[in-house]
Amino acid sequence: MSHEVIEKNIGLMAVLVLLVISIGGLVEIVPLFFLKSTTEPVEGLKPYSALQLEGRDIYIREGCYLCHSQMIRPLRAETERYGHYSVAGEFVYDHPFQWGSKRTGPDLARVGGRYSDEWHRVHLNNPRDVVPESNMPAFPWLNEHSIDASLTPRKLRAMRSLGVPYSDADIAAASAAVAGKTEMDALVAYLQNLGTALS
Amino acid sequence: MNPEIVFTSAFWSWWIIALTLANILGCWWLISWSAKKVPGEAASGQVTGHRWDGDLQEYNNPLPRWWLWLFYFTLVFSLGYLALYPGLGKLPGLLGWTPQKQYQEEIAAAEAAYQPLFAGYARIPIARLSKDPQAVKIGQRLFVNYCAGCHGSDARGNPGFPDLSDDEWLYGGDARTIEKTILDGRNGVMPAWREVVGDPGIDQLVAYVRGLAGLDANTAQAAKGETLFSTYCVGCHGGDAGGNPALGAPNLRDRVWLYGGSAADVGESIANGRNGHMPAHRDFLGSEKTHLLAAFIYSLSQQ
Repeated sequence: MSHEVIEKNIGLMAVLVLLVISIGGLVEIVPLFFLKSTTEPVEGLKPYSALQLEGRDIYIREGCYLCHSQMIRPLRAETERYGHYSVAGEFVYDHPFQWGSKRTGPDLARVGGRYSDEWHRVHLNNPRDVVPESNMPAFPWLNEHSIDASLTPRKLRAMRSLGVPYSDADIAAASAAVAGKTEMDALVAYLQNLGTALS
Repeated sequence: MNPEIVFTSAFWSWWIIALTLANILGCWWLISWSAKKVPGEAASGQVTGHRWDGDLQEYNNPLPRWWLWLFYFTLVFSLGYLALYPGLGKLPGLLGWTPQKQYQEEIAAAEAAYQPLFAGYARIPIARLSKDPQAVKIGQRLFVNYCAGCHGSDARGNPGFPDLSDDEWLYGGDARTIEKTILDGRNGVMPAWREVVGDPGIDQLVAYVRGLAGLDANTAQAAKGETLFSTYCVGCHGGDAGGNPALGAPNLRDRVWLYGGSAADVGESIANGRNGHMPAHRDFLGSEKTHLLAAFIYSLSQQ
């Protein structure tokens, strides 16, 4: 087969191009679905509680991942500041994971327990109240909006269909667990849980 | 952490090895095949006979040799790389390199360099360490890294987060207490009093408490507040309102206000209570770093 045949047959070229570029994915991506360290949770990892899961949705909605990573690399400079480096098994219940790719703010993979709840509330309401040098935007509306508890069981069910081991009882109790909570409550609950399975 | 590569089935390791090697061999074949002359094609230096846009033509010149050899070199390089480093399925590579091992080596090198320094400082009492400029400087660097988020990079605190640069302390400012506060954290609880004393009672208490600090004139309100204070508040804040470091109950006679000293702030503190939580840092920082941090913080109140 000469170049001419391929160059003059766009359908054939598309098929061959797809074949070539799929090899990278077949070698580097597909086996990850069968690699135990990427598919099995680390010991002690629990699925997000209903409130934490709602907080995660706030985290995604507000685009926190654009400035904050959740991925501590195995480098001393990072582990000194943030704690133990991240491992794949910590993220098996994250759909999608929030590793991010840019750090305008600090990494949040192990922010859980590092600050008090009150600090998070003050800081999210207006970061300058506790960190005068901060350039993080303020999120005052989180205090004013409450969680729509009617949607929470559906969110748990969606996660279960992706492999998160929620029980029927978890789903049945989800609405009550978030009833009357603000978005701030949910986000703080989510943040305080981050990275706590491994220390 | 188990750095071993464990698949659910041995198939996947072979799958990676086979596809990777086949791909490298395929590239080799493709490069050598396409560099060969095809019978009937134009000679080097001659145009191929293709024609675009009327008069655009191309020569049938071969790829420059150095360029061609560069392709072969990348293939040889990839084989060498895959032999030395992990990449082919679960084969570990001849060097036995893993990211975990590299990390451990980096940590071990840092430990060897810094451990004697930290261990030396750990033997010196904090009060003496706080006069050592180098130790204080290290403590300050640690402070900016781990503490500034709440207490501010200048250690002067923020509303709700104590100023560490003054000489007022909730739990006591001696060196050992500072160290203990960092290691084990603190939980300060001011209960909510609105249900107990009612809104008029809050106003009276605000007048009395602000009067103690000389912020309000002593009025009839404050006199009523004093009665309430001696009933409900002295248990923690003491009969003289001087506070109780064992509980972290603040001294109310000075003008240092953790949550603000305006009538509204004081009223909020009394009506709805406050919860101050300092997280424990024992596991994260360890005793030696904490020792230096305590020396820095202690040095601030000694100036």
